[in-house]
Amino acid sequence: MATFQLNINGQPKQVNVDPSTPLLWVLREELKMTGTKYGCGISACGACTVHVDGIATRSCVVPVSLVGDREIVTIEGIGQDPVGHAVQEAWIEKDVVQCGYCQSGQIMSAVALLKATAKPSDTNIEESMGGNLCRCATYVRIREAIKSAAQQLM
Amino acid sequence: MWANHRLLLAVFLSMLVVFVTCIALSTRASIEITNKVSAANPKLADGLAAWEQVYSVLSSPRCINCHTATNYPQQGDDRHRHFANVIRGPAGKGVAGLNCVSCHQLENADSTGTPGGPNWHLAPLSMRWQDTNDQRLSSATVCRAVTDRSRNENMDARALLKHHEEAALVLWAWNPGRRPDGTMRSLPPLTHAEFVAATRIWVEAGTPCPRAK
Repeated sequence: MATFQLNINGQPKQVNVDPSTPLLWVLREELKMTGTKYGCGISACGACTVHVDGIATRSCVVPVSLVGDREIVTIEGIGQDPVGHAVQEAWIEKDVVQCGYCQSGQIMSAVALLKATAKPSDTNIEESMGGNLCRCATYVRIREAIKSAAQQLM
Repeated sequence: MWANHRLLLAVFLSMLVVFVTCIALSTRASIEITNKVSAANPKLADGLAAWEQVYSVLSSPRCINCHTATNYPQQGDDRHRHFANVIRGPAGKGVAGLNCVSCHQLENADSTGTPGGPNWHLAPLSMRWQDTNDQRLSSATVCRAVTDRSRNENMDARALLKHHEEAALVLWAWNPGRRPDGTMRSLPPLTHAEFVAATRIWVEAGTPCPRAK
């Protein structure tokens, strides 16, 4: 076990865990931040996506020992960001969610895309969101919502 | 009729003898040329042999999986397409939302089976060592790519040696970490010391490349 000082959604957090523990389980089990979801556990589905220093990161495969002092933003904090807020509003406007399980990861990846590409094309969206799976197949509404958020941010 | 058949048989046998003789002479000439090269310039012969050692490493999965000609990296010893729809992206580092570093951190994550190293990325297309069907390019073709400074990020022979000695992602090939099932990833066919020694011989021989077949 070891103690780690983490910066999560602008707040300092301290955890005492095995260094090999994936960040996802630190968030969910130690800090009870359950907005970030466990999907596949092998970074294949995107449900566990958070931002680490602004990079969309698969928290299920990143041991907490490799996070260091980088800033972590989760679905609980992304609404504080203007782009994050616009994306969440667009998600509501377009009624994207069906079962909702994958949607926190979808939103985190969408925010990363819009921060890098203000006006994404269909190809940009397909490439950037291609690693986020949705078993309800809400992909068409996700694309519409990303474009709507981009419009709102222009 | 029988006479015609005998004539045809005789002609056929004569042609066969000529063909076999030509093959034998050609092979002997090739061996003689090789021997002459070796005798005239043993350093060149040693350099070419050393290059083949270097190529055996470059074409191994730990290296070639990120030297693709396609829009995606490969993974595993069977060099299958990287899962999760990972793509190359404009700078070989993936795309926003799905960067290489979305999973690959500064070092291996053995508890999750995710390999890592500094600046994890794909080699540029100018340094592809495969064709678009994911087949390895020949030793001669890879050698020309590696020694072409317009394609290899302007590395001369000494820089190539240093790259093989010290570059973090090159060194990673000999410390590739564990697979998700906990077993160790396979290593290149030479040790790193052998790889560097072979590179040094090749560099000191003037980085010779084999002739394309």
